[in-house]
Amino acid sequence: MPSQLVNEYFRTENLPHIWCPGCGNGIVTRAIIKAIDNLNLNKDDVCIVSGIGCSSRASGYLDFNTLHTTHGRALAFATGVKLANPKLNVIVITGDGDCSAIGGNHLIHAARRNIDITTVVFNNNIYGMTGGQYSPTTPTGDKGTTAPYGNIDMNFDLCNLAKAAGSTYVSRGTIFNPNMLIKQVEEGIKNKGFSFIEAITTCPTYYGRKNKKGEAVDMMIYLKENAVNVAAYDKLTDEQKEGKFVIGELYKGSKPEYTEEYNKIIESFSKER
Amino acid sequence: MAEKKVKLMQGNEACVEGAIAAGMKFYAGYPITPSTEIAELSAERLPRIGGKFIQMEDEIAGISAIIGASLAGTKSMTATSGPGFSLKQESIGYAIITETPCVIVNVQRGGPSTGLPTSPAQGDIMQARWGTHGDHSIIALYPSTVREVYDTTIRAFNLAEKYRTPVILLMDEVVGHMREKIEFREDQEIEIVNRRKPNCLPEEYKPYKVKEGDLVPEMAAFGDGYRFHVTGLVHSETGFPTGNEKVAEALTKRLFNKIEENVDDIVEYEEYLLDDAEIAIVAYGSTARSAKSAVEILREEGMKVGLFRPITIWPMAEKQFLQLSNKVDRIVVVEMNMGQYFLEVDRISGKNSKVEKYGRVNGELITPEEIVSFIKEG
Repeated sequence: MPSQLVNEYFRTENLPHIWCPGCGNGIVTRAIIKAIDNLNLNKDDVCIVSGIGCSSRASGYLDFNTLHTTHGRALAFATGVKLANPKLNVIVITGDGDCSAIGGNHLIHAARRNIDITTVVFNNNIYGMTGGQYSPTTPTGDKGTTAPYGNIDMNFDLCNLAKAAGSTYVSRGTIFNPNMLIKQVEEGIKNKGFSFIEAITTCPTYYGRKNKKGEAVDMMIYLKENAVNVAAYDKLTDEQKEGKFVIGELYKGSKPEYTEEYNKIIESFSKER
Repeated sequence: MAEKKVKLMQGNEACVEGAIAAGMKFYAGYPITPSTEIAELSAERLPRIGGKFIQMEDEIAGISAIIGASLAGTKSMTATSGPGFSLKQESIGYAIITETPCVIVNVQRGGPSTGLPTSPAQGDIMQARWGTHGDHSIIALYPSTVREVYDTTIRAFNLAEKYRTPVILLMDEVVGHMREKIEFREDQEIEIVNRRKPNCLPEEYKPYKVKEGDLVPEMAAFGDGYRFHVTGLVHSETGFPTGNEKVAEALTKRLFNKIEENVDDIVEYEEYLLDDAEIAIVAYGSTARSAKSAVEILREEGMKVGLFRPITIWPMAEKQFLQLSNKVDRIVVVEMNMGQYFLEVDRISGKNSKVEKYGRVNGELITPEEIVSFIKEG
């Protein structure tokens, strides 16, 4: 029996979803709809825009205005939607490859404009849809089908990237702690500006198997043991930080929001008339 | 009687004025020569009428944003030139399969690659037809005077809305930058077509169902309360993806046929002194202006020459080209490329008359004199 939350916010006729057993994408998707539910947003006023990849298929399952775009371009489409109708709560669902490789340019410029869009990146450290190629967030040394001898690329810290580019809300959570993730998406939606939430999720089918990370549960345990909340993380020595990663609210700032600034220009002319 | 508004303006400016007259309220683009004035004027004009302009981070973002804005209910346009047109191709396909009305302007310049950025060319004729991958049809228009740029831009928006499809407006550097006198029409004279919105209950709305007797599905906007799904994947009437082979075949054919079966409605062309002609020149855009002069020179010398000028480049006016081939003995296709439209004209007209090509790819306009001597030599 699906939960009430699923009945309310999923297009249940489109289920079952395409995700593999053990995939964490369902937990992230639930965190998004729970955040929307907690904020009591009208479903007609929510627009979910996604790119291409496993995570981006979430848009088709959700009962909002939904736009499943081309690979990497979700934020560019979302920018058009938001500017054309600023009343919509625009939420972008994307993956690590979609958002930071092919779509990297759109990410930094959407953040730079501080346009009121909430971006949730489902980071599973791999290209899942195409069968396990290394992505910009595959840790250096790890394997993918296109990194059979180990990845020699340096991996991106997406939150640092989003912060440096100008986002006014940045946080990282994991599927091991869905309550934190829900809160983060809520804060992201509430922030009047560009919000970036990195949701660390698991891909036992490709990333896990290629890198001998065990099964889904083992990968969850890894997240539990190595994710450290920001307050505690900051107190760790460099040695203690080895192998750990930081979660929690990483940045909160305030800047003029793009669509509001544009409306000021329009209003200056309507006064003139 | 209202005062006539007469202005001296360039093709790129007339394009923006036409777009605004057609109802454009959103422009997203990236600077590129020789189309940049379209972005500049849109940036100046749109906020004054409650519209929006955004300079995006790249060409792909430009077309992506106008598709997003169109889905949110706003008439939208982007403009570019050669290299940028190449970059936009994937999303043109997305607009085709999602049936999102929008206008893409390509002010052509010399290519391939960076080519001759400030010189005219007509090398994107086939890219306009087949630039995006997969089977599809397309509407592409090509005006040749500043006055016609204004009218054709309005028509591009109207066709986009009527057929729920991206429409490509081709120009070349000469048409884009040339200044001519243009007289503005009164508002009431302009026919404006708007997409038809559904009025059914939200739970009954199927975003890709074509009602009996309709050309295209009714189109709700995001935020209207219909909560529909849009995807570039093959989809059923519900808008949701499917791999069903029957649905895939039916969708591809419907998208193709909604244009190909309405060619008579879409094609626009000019015939000049063709009634008694034995030789026809086929030319479009700025080249057609030289061709017209060539016709006049040759007529003075007693040769029976006329001009057929397609304004709708795609879909092709096949019926008219067939009729033309039954009427004249010789057809000369003059274009600033290696013979792109020639291939199509030859395919249609080649059975009944001799079809030749005359081209130029050095960034210089084709002059009336060289057309005259080519025809005399032939």
